[in-house]
Amino acid sequence: MDFDQTMRQHDLHLTAGAAAVASSDRVVSSATVHDYWQLMKPRVMSLAIFTALVGIVAAPGTLHPVLALTAILCIAVGAGASGALNMWYDADIDAKMGRTRTRPVPRGRVAPGEALGFGVVLSAFSVLILGLMVSWPAAALLAFTIFFYAVVYTMWLKRLTPQNIVIGGAAGAFPPMIGWAAVTGTVSVESIVLFLIIFFWTPPHFWALALYKSEEFARAGIPMLPVVAGEETTRRQIWFYSWVMALTGLLPAGVGLGGPLYLLVSVVTGAAFLLLAWRVLRDTDLESARKLFAFSILYLLLLFAVLLAEPAVGIAAFAPLHGGWV
Amino acid sequence: MSVAEHDHETGLARDEDAQHDRALFLKRRRSRSIAIALALAGLVILFYVVTLVKLGPEVLNRPM
Repeated sequence: MDFDQTMRQHDLHLTAGAAAVASSDRVVSSATVHDYWQLMKPRVMSLAIFTALVGIVAAPGTLHPVLALTAILCIAVGAGASGALNMWYDADIDAKMGRTRTRPVPRGRVAPGEALGFGVVLSAFSVLILGLMVSWPAAALLAFTIFFYAVVYTMWLKRLTPQNIVIGGAAGAFPPMIGWAAVTGTVSVESIVLFLIIFFWTPPHFWALALYKSEEFARAGIPMLPVVAGEETTRRQIWFYSWVMALTGLLPAGVGLGGPLYLLVSVVTGAAFLLLAWRVLRDTDLESARKLFAFSILYLLLLFAVLLAEPAVGIAAFAPLHGGWV
Repeated sequence: MSVAEHDHETGLARDEDAQHDRALFLKRRRSRSIAIALALAGLVILFYVVTLVKLGPEVLNRPM
């Protein structure tokens, strides 16, 4: 088949909005660069970059700025690769929800095979480059994170159990631990605390969203907590996890990561989070869930921003309570 | 309008659509190619700079 024939065949598919045309001997993509960028879930990627940066800055020891930038780039690309693999696997359910139906695969802009190839290649590159150039323990953690998000969460838990985001949330909690490992080459109690903050933040954050998007999740057949166990149970679970999260948010001040400013911010924002979670528990309208969802993003942003800002403005962290036993 | 004239005009419109889609496809392919080239160039620069960083300043001061 010559080029013109291929193009004519492709034109027909382009007009119909198809992602790619498979002729007898070649596949031609019609996706834009922006479509590939969207495959990488840029907003999720920005959270991974930010929290990984905090892990790098908070870790004891030094890392050359070029290597620090390389580590952050690899973590960002690894997060983007996970997003592409997630969109490849979840295209069927993404097409059923308003929030996700404009993603490149369900929209027909990127063929599923392209998304899979894109995700696999980026995963391999990000892990290898992080290992070769910065640190193999960090690379191993990044590889595990990608596996956890793409396989454990996306392929296994998401469609199986209402606890999907509780366990799957671990994938989003790894970046600061990877950043920490890039500097120290190890996992320590401090990096586990950073992990736990995001881990316990994920359930109230995501269930608040699930409360006002439960119809969409039900339509897509995803067993989110409000769909399976009802709104009341979800509100109670949000209240419980908010307490665990708010208390975990105080821990950096006890392990030598945060100082007085951190303690103040974590107490105030934790109390505000609990107040909003209490309203979610008490009110039956969905407006309170929307407010909690919006505030949860600000909460996480503030906690990590203060961890970043304190050393920059010369505020010393409290001495670790665990002393020399870890 | 005769059937032949109608078919002729429909054919012309179809050709215009095809030309437009072809131009769009070529434009998208070009932008993808540029993005891949930039990514490769970025990797080359990254490998070069990281190699310098790993070797350290002594690389410029070694006995010949």
